[in-house]
Amino acid sequence: MIRLEKRPQPSRAWSLATPLVAVLATMVAGGMLFGVLGKDPVEAIRTIFWEPLFGEFAFYYRPQLLVKGAPLVLIAIGLSLGFKAGIWNIGAEGQYIIGALCGAGIGLAFYPLEGWYIFPLMVIGGAFGGWLWAMIPGFLKVRFGTNEILVSLMLVYVAEQFLASMSLGLLRNPEGHGFPGSRNFNSYDSATSWINESAGMHWGVVAALIAVIFAYVLLNRHMTGYHIRLTGEAPRAAKFAGVNPARLVLFCLGTSGMLAGLAGLFEVAGPSGQVSIDFNVGYGFTAIIVAFLGRLHPVGILLAGGLMALTYIGGDIAQSNLQLPSAAIQVFQGMLLFFLLAFDLLTNFRISLGKPEVA
Amino acid sequence: MDLSAINPVLLIASLMVAATPLLFAAIGELVVEKSGVLNLGVEGMMIIGAVAGFATAVETGSPMLGFVAAAGAGAALSVLFAILTQYAQANQVASGLSLTLFGLGLSALMGQSYVGIKPPQMPKLDIPVLSDLPVIGPILFGHDPMLYVAIAVIAAVWAVIKFTRIGLVLRAVGENHDAAHALGYKVVRIRIMAILFGGACAGLGGAYISLIRVPQWTEGMTAGIGWIALALVVFASWKPWRVLLGAYLFGGVTVVQLNLQAAGVAIPVEYLAMSPYLITILVLVILSADKSSAPAALGRNFHAAR
Repeated sequence: MIRLEKRPQPSRAWSLATPLVAVLATMVAGGMLFGVLGKDPVEAIRTIFWEPLFGEFAFYYRPQLLVKGAPLVLIAIGLSLGFKAGIWNIGAEGQYIIGALCGAGIGLAFYPLEGWYIFPLMVIGGAFGGWLWAMIPGFLKVRFGTNEILVSLMLVYVAEQFLASMSLGLLRNPEGHGFPGSRNFNSYDSATSWINESAGMHWGVVAALIAVIFAYVLLNRHMTGYHIRLTGEAPRAAKFAGVNPARLVLFCLGTSGMLAGLAGLFEVAGPSGQVSIDFNVGYGFTAIIVAFLGRLHPVGILLAGGLMALTYIGGDIAQSNLQLPSAAIQVFQGMLLFFLLAFDLLTNFRISLGKPEVA
Repeated sequence: MDLSAINPVLLIASLMVAATPLLFAAIGELVVEKSGVLNLGVEGMMIIGAVAGFATAVETGSPMLGFVAAAGAGAALSVLFAILTQYAQANQVASGLSLTLFGLGLSALMGQSYVGIKPPQMPKLDIPVLSDLPVIGPILFGHDPMLYVAIAVIAAVWAVIKFTRIGLVLRAVGENHDAAHALGYKVVRIRIMAILFGGACAGLGGAYISLIRVPQWTEGMTAGIGWIALALVVFASWKPWRVLLGAYLFGGVTVVQLNLQAAGVAIPVEYLAMSPYLITILVLVILSADKSSAPAALGRNFHAAR
């Protein structure tokens, strides 16, 4: 008979190993899925994980890793702070959109003026937009005890409608011959987030690295970080230790919103180039997977963000080379989270065989 | 703008149709939450139900078989959630989210070859005399059978929870799983049954969207209805009949804003389309002050230590 015994302490070894085990299990299950779809499983997995890094066109795909990984890491770092403390912001997609709209709006307002101060102002606008959007569930939770999961998610749909309205109305390119979408930031030197486009470097990559360091220091060396960890692991102890839950909620939601807003701004002013109805591609949701896959640890998130970016790029390649449907990669990413959560069992429990002993 | 084009009888009739997917999903989730489990995967189970129901109905030509398949598919997906939370002791919030993300991807994959197809139509109820009555006819007797099934499910859940032993055990497990376990109830087994029921209901709700309400298949077509259903359970304070009330309220908002869009009101379409979500938030704010009726063990995992 198989029984589960709770470990007195979570196993550190398993905690580090489960993401790897989950990735391997996802490769196997994903390969089976691709097999069902009539593709060669080994070839499909190789295309997704090997081709972008070491394939023939790797020189083109490697920079893409930075482009796709940066927003994921930036958003996931913010989410992980809240997740650690049991504060669930799952509306990062909405904060991403609003951040992009606010930042882009500032940039477009200056057009065609050139000046060094324009991009920094856009960055501030993006951070503020995301922060503001996340403050709505934060304020409602603190003031009225409203569930932040549902409110932040509802606001994603509101933000999407808002984006549609903006790209068809206020922010539409007046010289765009009536097409929806704003002016392109890539042809506006003072407002582009690219540092070196061919190397995939844009300010979002820099911001993501700073966020990783910031989160690491916060969680390990700062009182607020300690309060976050304490609230997550022992809410009652946190209460006695004098942690102010309302301030923690506002801090976690605000920070994650701010980072998501920044990610949106860097994306819209660089890789995406313009505000359009569907410039958001779901990074806000994929970042949830990244945060968990990275074990809510800053360095882990950096690695997980890279891996997830790899599946995006590899998925694109598999789509054009093997005609693998684009949705297959979404299933693949979802599976990864499933396996991760399932194998996490081994971190907290010990599996023992045989009959229970009589105490 | 021409508001006179809006016919109140048709408005109420279409409100009931718009509310039915919510009704299915919310009553399923209500049972799940009554057992003390928070399943945030409603959206994922709905969309899987939507695509499975659609595909089955198109292939077999029978909408009824489509609904059966949808319930099966929703329940099958919820098995994953049950394994994660009941056996692997995974966090319920994270597991529910993963169910939604996975379901959205899988449905897009399954539904690829069904985009742009029209499903077989579900015959509407046609009772001689009654269905032809003015006003009452189209509102009460002129719908498809599944709409009545949804109401029947609400009534059944209400009766079971209120009057039967099963309902009592379900509530005991949801209020205090340790006490229920001490009394000899199989906490995990009961919760898994509740999760499966919730999955089947969500699947039916999804299929109602793709087979009757819209009726066609598009990617991501549930558009947050699963999440609104979760909010609806809070709105209903975990009481079945209030789910009906809430669903018709939300259905009403959706239908009215669609009618206003069609009538060409001066408010931009996007802002009208936001309204159901904004009203959901507003309702959550108003009602969140009272949490006393929530099942006490909601969202907490149970592991029998020996």
